[in-house]
Amino acid sequence: MTAYLIRRVFISLIVILGISLLTFVMTHWIAPNPGRAVLGLKASPAAVAAWNRAHGYDNPVWAQYWGYLWKLLHGNLGYSYKLNQSVASLIAENAPHSLWLSGSSVVLSILIAIPLGIFQAVKRNSVADQTATAVAFTAYSMPQNFLGILLIGWLAITWHIFPAEASQSEKIIPYILAWRANFLPIATLTITAVAGYSRYQRSAALDSLAQEYIRLARAKGLTERAVLFRHLTRNAILPMVTLIGLSIPVLLGGNLIVEDLFNSHGLGLLFFNSLSNEDFPTVIALTLIAGIATVVGNFVADVALTVADPRIRIS
Amino acid sequence: MTVSSSVGELADEASIDPGVFLPDAGEVQGPKATWRLAARSFRDNRLAVVGTGILVFFFLFCFVGPLIYHTNQISTNIANAYYPPSAKHLLGTDGNGFDELGRIMVGGQAALEIGLFSSFIATVLGTLVGAVAGLLGGVVDAILMRIVDVLLSVPLLFVILIIGDRFSNATVLSLSLIIGSFSWLVSARLVRGEVLSLRERDFIFASRTMGASRHHLIYKHLIPNALGVVIVNITFQVADAINLLAILGFLGYGLQYPQVSWGDMLSGALNYLPDGYWWVVYPVGICLVLVVMACNFVGDALRDTVDVRLRRR
Repeated sequence: MTAYLIRRVFISLIVILGISLLTFVMTHWIAPNPGRAVLGLKASPAAVAAWNRAHGYDNPVWAQYWGYLWKLLHGNLGYSYKLNQSVASLIAENAPHSLWLSGSSVVLSILIAIPLGIFQAVKRNSVADQTATAVAFTAYSMPQNFLGILLIGWLAITWHIFPAEASQSEKIIPYILAWRANFLPIATLTITAVAGYSRYQRSAALDSLAQEYIRLARAKGLTERAVLFRHLTRNAILPMVTLIGLSIPVLLGGNLIVEDLFNSHGLGLLFFNSLSNEDFPTVIALTLIAGIATVVGNFVADVALTVADPRIRIS
Repeated sequence: MTVSSSVGELADEASIDPGVFLPDAGEVQGPKATWRLAARSFRDNRLAVVGTGILVFFFLFCFVGPLIYHTNQISTNIANAYYPPSAKHLLGTDGNGFDELGRIMVGGQAALEIGLFSSFIATVLGTLVGAVAGLLGGVVDAILMRIVDVLLSVPLLFVILIIGDRFSNATVLSLSLIIGSFSWLVSARLVRGEVLSLRERDFIFASRTMGASRHHLIYKHLIPNALGVVIVNITFQVADAINLLAILGFLGYGLQYPQVSWGDMLSGALNYLPDGYWWVVYPVGICLVLVVMACNFVGDALRDTVDVRLRRR
């Protein structure tokens, strides 16, 4: 167990180092001449050269990477010259909105997908199962932006039930309280996630249903209720832990689409606007944060699984 | 890695149907018989037939359709903008006066081409990387798999947007290259896993005992057996690529105008809907969903047919 954890931490650190290398390469590739990118087209070549020298961009590449890493280790994510504030403060301003959208949709989709998937497995091939499968398959095959467009078209424009735009509050408390405004973005994220999770939960539950311990539980005369809740559910939800960890990059990508579609201020929209404004330090820092979040998320999921499932601890 | 293997076994149970594929007494079967059995099992799957039908329909619709349904897709005419569907324009016209049905055909060509071409690139890359990692093992395997880990950790959409930002003149070729060169990760993992598990099988051991060369093992045993995983993954990859392309187009990082793909046509959807121009939004979106769904149908059926041990991400 300890050896496994140490190995897992070690690999995670290597992957995070790899992500920093990737973002470093991207920085150079996206803006080969940072001085020019910051000072603009009208700056004199001498001024650009002076800026590059002052910020260490004339050092050898390895020294620049070391400098980049050194800053990261001290929590310095870079500076947005377009918005004239540090990237860290930009992230602090925008992160709560994104966390609320993603977090609430993940919680909702788990609450919906797990019972749905287990229900489908227990009642497999019934009309209800086939309907749910068909709906999930359709939602799963839909680009997230089209799903959002459909919801806006029906619920916002035709029937005027919900606004087509997310809450514009900059403060997080009024943002969370504006549930009507944030209903459609959260619904878009949740529907896509439920489609994927429930398909997976159904096959995981089918797998568990075929196990000997379920047959034993039934043979010794347990009620169906006890079999389902005490034996099936507790085993069948374990693989979901890993799946949720693995789906973090997709969730972050979905966040970008939804925040763009519903004009909700958050990290995804910040990424997209920064890319359009050629505010590359912000773009790169957000990519790095997303990568690290994924690695940490996968690690937490793996540890949670080890804690929850004694079989993994022993092997 | 105990954790991932316990998850990886999930998809197996439902898809294995040994009765269909394995002869009772384990007789030797020619490769033809195997393929015939596979084809029969594919035909028996209704969704697979429906999926194939939808795909064939859309290929004809997009590539043969314009030869039958002639429309002007070259010169704009603002005077014709936003005509509702009528006998002259079956699905109305868009904001530039283009016939929408003809536009969907043209946009579909690009979507299908990019979907197929990018998944071809991704499959070739992924198979090579996966096979090399699985066969060589050791340090090479560790390095290649850490690269895969790194690229899988960063959201694909972020990376592709950053790279797409440098190519302002996106073409079918450049978008296929960009999408393809970052979508090989899953197939690399699948092929590696397949190679690793095949290496331990008895028939490989038997072949090796009989003195088979490395060359013989790779070309006669490993590649034909790993092919199933690769083929199944191609269909899912096409679906994912078309979806991704739709999102890129919507965000304004799609093909350079006047080239067009389905995602580009949706980019103004939020402006059209309040004005009531539903025909420039829903038909193209439905085409997108149908094609992606058909690819997923075919992929699911192929997975059952080829009976492979694989898991979608």
